[in-house]
Amino acid sequence: MSISETDRGLHRWSPHLACSSAGDFEMVAAVAARSGEQMQFMLLFSRQGKLRLQKWYVPLSDKEKKKITRELVQTVLARKPKMCSFLEWRDLKIVYKRYASLYFCCAIEDQDNELITLEIIHRYVELLDKYFGSVCELDIIFNFEKAYFILDEFLLGGEAQETSKKNVLKAIEQADLLQEPRHEYFNVPVY
Amino acid sequence: MPAVSKGDGMRGLAVFISDIRNCKSKEAEIKRINKELANIRSKFKGDKALDGYSKKKYVCKLLFIFLLGHDIDFGHMEAVNLLSSNKYTEKQIGYLFISVLVNSNSELIRLINNAIKNDLSSRNPTFMCLALHCIANVGSREMAEAFASEIPRILVAGDTMDSVKQSAALCLLRLYKTSPDLVLMGEWTSRVVHLLNDQHMGVVTAAISLITCLSQKNPDEFKTCVSLAVSRLSRIVSSASTDLQDYTYYFVPAPWLSCKLLRLLQCYPPPEDGAVKGRLVECLETILNKAQEPPKSKKVQHSNAKNAILFEAISLIIHYDSEPNLLVRACNQLGQFLQHRETNLRYLALESMCTLASSEFSHEAVKTHIETVINALKTERDVSVRQRAADLLYAMCDRSNAKQIVAEMLSYLETADYSIREEMVLKVAILAEKYAVDYSWYVDTILNLIRIAGDYVSEEVWYRVIQIVINRDDVQGYAAKTVFEALQAPACHENMVKVGGYILGEFGNLIAGDPRSSPLVQFNLLHSKFHLCSVPTRALLLSAYIKFINLFPETKATIQEVLRCDSQIRNSDVELQQRAVEYLKLSSIASTDVLATVLEEMPPFPERESSILAKLKKKKGPGAVSVTELDDGKREAGELNGGGDRGPDTASTPSPSADLLGIRSAAPVGAAQTNAVAVISHFHSYPFIPYLSCCLSASIPALFCGLSLHPCPVLWPPSSAPPSEDPAPPLSEADELLNKFVCKNNGVLFENQLLQIGIKSEYRQNLGRMYLFYGNKTSVQFASFTTTVSCPGELHKPVEPLVEGGAQIQQVLNIECITDFSDAPLLNIKFSRYGGALQNLTLKLPVTINKFFQPTEMSSSDFFQRWKQLSQPQQEAQKIFKANHSMDTEVLKAKLLGLGTALLDNIDPNPENYVCAGVIQTKSQQIGCLLRLEPNAQAQMYRLTLRCSKDTVSKRLCELLAQQF
Repeated sequence: MSISETDRGLHRWSPHLACSSAGDFEMVAAVAARSGEQMQFMLLFSRQGKLRLQKWYVPLSDKEKKKITRELVQTVLARKPKMCSFLEWRDLKIVYKRYASLYFCCAIEDQDNELITLEIIHRYVELLDKYFGSVCELDIIFNFEKAYFILDEFLLGGEAQETSKKNVLKAIEQADLLQEPRHEYFNVPVY
Repeated sequence: MPAVSKGDGMRGLAVFISDIRNCKSKEAEIKRINKELANIRSKFKGDKALDGYSKKKYVCKLLFIFLLGHDIDFGHMEAVNLLSSNKYTEKQIGYLFISVLVNSNSELIRLINNAIKNDLSSRNPTFMCLALHCIANVGSREMAEAFASEIPRILVAGDTMDSVKQSAALCLLRLYKTSPDLVLMGEWTSRVVHLLNDQHMGVVTAAISLITCLSQKNPDEFKTCVSLAVSRLSRIVSSASTDLQDYTYYFVPAPWLSCKLLRLLQCYPPPEDGAVKGRLVECLETILNKAQEPPKSKKVQHSNAKNAILFEAISLIIHYDSEPNLLVRACNQLGQFLQHRETNLRYLALESMCTLASSEFSHEAVKTHIETVINALKTERDVSVRQRAADLLYAMCDRSNAKQIVAEMLSYLETADYSIREEMVLKVAILAEKYAVDYSWYVDTILNLIRIAGDYVSEEVWYRVIQIVINRDDVQGYAAKTVFEALQAPACHENMVKVGGYILGEFGNLIAGDPRSSPLVQFNLLHSKFHLCSVPTRALLLSAYIKFINLFPETKATIQEVLRCDSQIRNSDVELQQRAVEYLKLSSIASTDVLATVLEEMPPFPERESSILAKLKKKKGPGAVSVTELDDGKREAGELNGGGDRGPDTASTPSPSADLLGIRSAAPVGAAQTNAVAVISHFHSYPFIPYLSCCLSASIPALFCGLSLHPCPVLWPPSSAPPSEDPAPPLSEADELLNKFVCKNNGVLFENQLLQIGIKSEYRQNLGRMYLFYGNKTSVQFASFTTTVSCPGELHKPVEPLVEGGAQIQQVLNIECITDFSDAPLLNIKFSRYGGALQNLTLKLPVTINKFFQPTEMSSSDFFQRWKQLSQPQQEAQKIFKANHSMDTEVLKAKLLGLGTALLDNIDPNPENYVCAGVIQTKSQQIGCLLRLEPNAQAQMYRLTLRCSKDTVSKRLCELLAQQF
């Protein structure tokens, strides 16, 4: 994905809310203790709405995760290009940006900084791009585990761990060097 | 196809993924997946031991299937086996699977923890990082129990690699968030704080997130971080864009770290140390200056990173709220962004200005942008930006611009997006009420609201307009006239019919003199809408009809006719039928007197917080509520609902709970007829039941109910008992705080870093009710929260023991003045926060003797006659003192009125002097008080003289008042 930008564009929310019906949501969210400011989750999905990567920084049940994903994908895809990259959604702030065919979408809390989150997304895209060499959606589909490893080096527990591109890639490449050669190791096939 | 295949392509996995992608239908995909699951299951169960590679591949396939959204119920054990592999990639896949799929299967957790323990002690940094990532990703309590004591050691050990330190810091943060009780920083505190000085920027970036979270919960222990953070920030801000090498992002030095540093500083008040503060102000100025420099790059990343820091700096400036110069600069900067071509910046500028609008230093500066904001509301293409513009207009609204803003919001409503209409309606209704100077404007606005966006006008809004019309007799005639006109529109909204029915039923007589709105015309108009309305509205109209019979006997025959017809009296709806039958009976058998009693005009409603405000808060979620709530309360004081300008004639002592259900069954009802009582309570309670849910602090409903439904009497015995053992002595500033409330009833009593206590109080005769609002300003729960009121006398009133972070709880005190008194009751508050010391503070409750004043109007001759009667030396108290505040006439008048006495004109021969009279009501006696205040503007001095029928009262009032002017 050569970093072509189609600009697009976020409040806090409780770990328990998604299981409850829309009606009780406000109440549940009100009661839930705040976890402090941090990113709550990051989702990567395609223009067709297919989820390509999901990273959750707050404990949620599978059912809740699915519900949130469904709603959010729908909300973000319904927005027109050139709209602002931020929106309020439930109790959270959503920051999103589209790169080629992929949407990168982060949920942050009320006090969090939208712009710096937008640049977190961008730095992650840069890392993927550098690692895969002009990354595209297929790289992330076929090497999803790598996409997770890179993300873990960059963000941990929803907070930036290492923002230097060089240092993150160094860590990943070191790990790659530790790999054991093996007969079945080929390039991924042509699709 | 991807240009590279880094690492180990697992061919089997790639083929499987290809297959799935080639599936034409969902069914085909499921079929393929089931086939694969069967295959993997047989491999895992097979006799042949699998090698590590195959295990890894299958585990990875399972993970892929799971991420596609399918359930996985096996493979966990194989994944755990991978953890103990000494091959890095196998271990890595094992950890990934665990991180994504782990559930609290206790048996597995034990095995996982074992593997993690081994890796943590392996001294291989790559393995250690994997283990730490896994803990941070899973973050379960079991993991906290196993590792919470180990990780701080890794974090601060001298020989730990930087990358491991980074992971350890964030791993610890995650554990602290899940199980704060298990993470004990104690001995590590200072070494962790000093990570802010670490040479490695990555270590600082990771550690600061941990330090920020710990500081929020234990500000005192971590306060040394302030000066370290300031100096780090200052070094970054003043560095050239290339100094920080790879930590420079598009020519912006360390944007993430800068934002986190500014965020950390927001956990604390402005630094006390002058040098540190100076340095920080310099940083903030530099950041503001940089915003004016030409950009070093055209890339959006450059401006985003730079502006991210700028917005964080502005948040800090707003948080300090003490540097007018910086606040105004921030406001100007945001003003520029309001017209920026980047939608994102316009959005953020609108959002940030909302908080600036609530600062007294910048409120005016924000207001200067009103035209731009209105324009944004009209022209922005993105609804989320328009929403922000509407929020900002709401925040910047005050008396000076309310009419303009309300008009703009109303006209925006005509085309507003459906998603935000309801909120807009609430906001318009609140502003109209809050800033109503004349009530005809208020009534016009609300009726317009119903006309324009009737569907979005929630019940609270129309209940509210009725409540206000009933409580304000100067607007009733106008309301009747206006609603009568509005109902003449061919199609009017059902909510308009409800308001119309209610108001004409109560006040139709006020316009009945005009033949164009004669009783019969009014009735016909209402009844022409009847058949198009829903059942609840029809029920309301039936009640209006019976009220008409009382108001206008000449309509009786017509209305009885209507009630008698089959469609009413045999209506299939029980409620309607019952009303028709009962009203018909009532109107035929009751005498005019009984009818007049039963159907008397509604008594005024108890004054309480606007239900729509509560609704808006609820809509906005708890975060938005906590602090602003009190502000709103403060601003509302003396407004429409504040009751400040209402005479003492209202029969309503507010009772926040009981009357909501209509139990307070309208005072005028004589229980003559069971039927009649039932009728009245239908009418009375029908539209107001929802108030039960509408009171303040919607944030913790359960807790809230528990509190306010049991208002607790605080008795007022004359003697002063010693305060009970534990409570801290009153704060040194307690008296000063008390003095602030002598002439006002509402406001913020106390505020520190943790807690804000707001007060609303109302007094009538010798009774009072005080609402205390305890707001938790932190993000962490307060535990064992107890408050004790020891007035002269003892009383323990349980409050809910937990106050959630960001939440607010309410306590109600009922007060009775038994006899005159001098000492204010004490309020002791104790609570503990996670990891913090027990907080124990004692304040004086602002209950002073003057609260029980009843104003007394009297003529000049009466005044002097009484003045002479109170001529014994001990009855007079006099003080001459220097003016502490402005000697402005209006300010003085407002204060004297706030005191509760009547301010008498044309009494004193010297028009510069002020003369007041009032009676203090106690249970045992009434104490007459006369007051004379003689300002000397030249000398900036006052002479205050009080004469009361009781000497102690003269003295006390004199003391209290000398502090006020």
